[in-house]
Amino acid sequence: MPEPVLELDGLEVRYGSVAAVRGLSLSLDRGEIVGLIGPNGAGKSTTLHAIMGAVPSHAGEIRLHGRSIRRRSPEAIAQTGVALVPEGRRIFAEFSVEENLRLGLAARRTRNGADPLEQAFDLFPMLKEFRRRSAGALSGGQQQQLAIGRALVADPQVLLLDEPSLGLAPLAVESVFQALEGIRERGVSILLVEQRAIHTVALANRTHVLVGGELRLELTPADAHDTDKIVAAYLAS
Amino acid sequence: MIVAALDFQTLSDAVGLGAIYALMAVGIGLVFGVLRLVNFAYGQLVMAGAYTLAFTASWPLWASIAACFAVVVALSLAMETAVFRPLRGQSPAVMLVTTFAIAFLLQAIALIIDLRDDTLGEVAPSLTSLSQPVTVGGVEIRKITLVSIAAAAGALLLLALLLTRTTIGLHTRAAASDFRTARLLGVRANRVIAFSVFLSGLLAAGVAVMLTVQLPFVTPDFALRDTIVVLVGVVVGGIDRLWTATLGGFTIGFVSGVLNGALPTDKTVYLPSAVFALVILVLLLRPAGLFAWGRRAAVERV
Repeated sequence: MPEPVLELDGLEVRYGSVAAVRGLSLSLDRGEIVGLIGPNGAGKSTTLHAIMGAVPSHAGEIRLHGRSIRRRSPEAIAQTGVALVPEGRRIFAEFSVEENLRLGLAARRTRNGADPLEQAFDLFPMLKEFRRRSAGALSGGQQQQLAIGRALVADPQVLLLDEPSLGLAPLAVESVFQALEGIRERGVSILLVEQRAIHTVALANRTHVLVGGELRLELTPADAHDTDKIVAAYLAS
Repeated sequence: MIVAALDFQTLSDAVGLGAIYALMAVGIGLVFGVLRLVNFAYGQLVMAGAYTLAFTASWPLWASIAACFAVVVALSLAMETAVFRPLRGQSPAVMLVTTFAIAFLLQAIALIIDLRDDTLGEVAPSLTSLSQPVTVGGVEIRKITLVSIAAAAGALLLLALLLTRTTIGLHTRAAASDFRTARLLGVRANRVIAFSVFLSGLLAAGVAVMLTVQLPFVTPDFALRDTIVVLVGVVVGGIDRLWTATLGGFTIGFVSGVLNGALPTDKTVYLPSAVFALVILVLLLRPAGLFAWGRRAAVERV
């Protein structure tokens, strides 16, 4: 069996005395999407931030290709090939689209000949068309494409997405989910945190349900139409 | 009459002072951008540079100025490594109070060094010839005014190019705008902070050279009053943006210069009161900063 790209092993995160994530273990293989759904406050975002080193983890292990990345700084983790598309997109509204993409290069490890921005332009041609425009002038859906494109120019092995569909119009949501399929085909491993449970279950190779900081259930695309099962997983406590 | 007193000499001196204050404002604003720290000890960097110029007065001019830049930049970087870095992430109040402590510490050290010859104050005479006037188009302007304006304009232009055209500049602007996200993207925190602190030190050294021309007598409180005035200008202009902070620094320098020239000599003691009265007025009318217009409200887009 091939070694997983990213592996969480008994991850524990606490805010003071409150346990936000408890004994969480999951793994991502190359070129697969793993979904992480669950109610608000279940610890989904916290898990992503712990992987990025933005919040400290108290126990457990985080491994990229078998090597621990726990306790490293966020910028060091970004440079090992893990990219985060943060909740709320967090684009730099006053910078141009191109400047936003160039920021993504900060974590790029290789310096090969081709224009690295093309990786983002291939997937989202709109970004090339509007490259000189101020990022704040883009629509919400376009800003989300920019945030994903910015993560991709770093040429990551693992892409973490924190509720990329949040606040988007239905059509924009479709285009985001389509883009994720395209990224998966490139061999990138994706950990997708989402509120849109059915959508996520249908897209992801496997989806974990996180409730109260603990994994409750694993779902496959076959479960996407079994609404009762998904609802039951949310309500189980 | 105030208007009658505003001759060309006064105006040009005011622009010169504004230019120097603008450079100090940039130095303070750069560090505030990445560290969210108001460095009250910025004036002591300038003071250290002025003392270096005084103690190396017998050296060739270029060597003396080079020593000034080396000492100030080294001190600036040392301050970052020894004090700001361990305090990173602390509350703004803790950091501000700490910079007060550094300011007084550096003043005390300067006093000890200064008093080795049993007299207070040292003279930095190397560049005083720049105080002489030159005649430009029939009006007399002091050379230092021209030098200050040219140096400030050149420094600001270079800085703008550095921040907008280079990768480290892009990273620094990103860190100033949203440090957490910038780090998540792989921007190295220590590098952009060191870069900003380095530039801020260069600016302080340049200011030290120009201020010693205006005031060659160097004491431990050298540039202290200027720093307070500039800090006020920076806040009035809007500290969270580099260009508004710079404009704030320039404006308060210009206004001080004009009031200084306009007030009759026996009334100049009222200068600080007049300046600070204006500041209070501005902050009442525009609490976000004098130049905060045009700021786009953060609109959540869908």
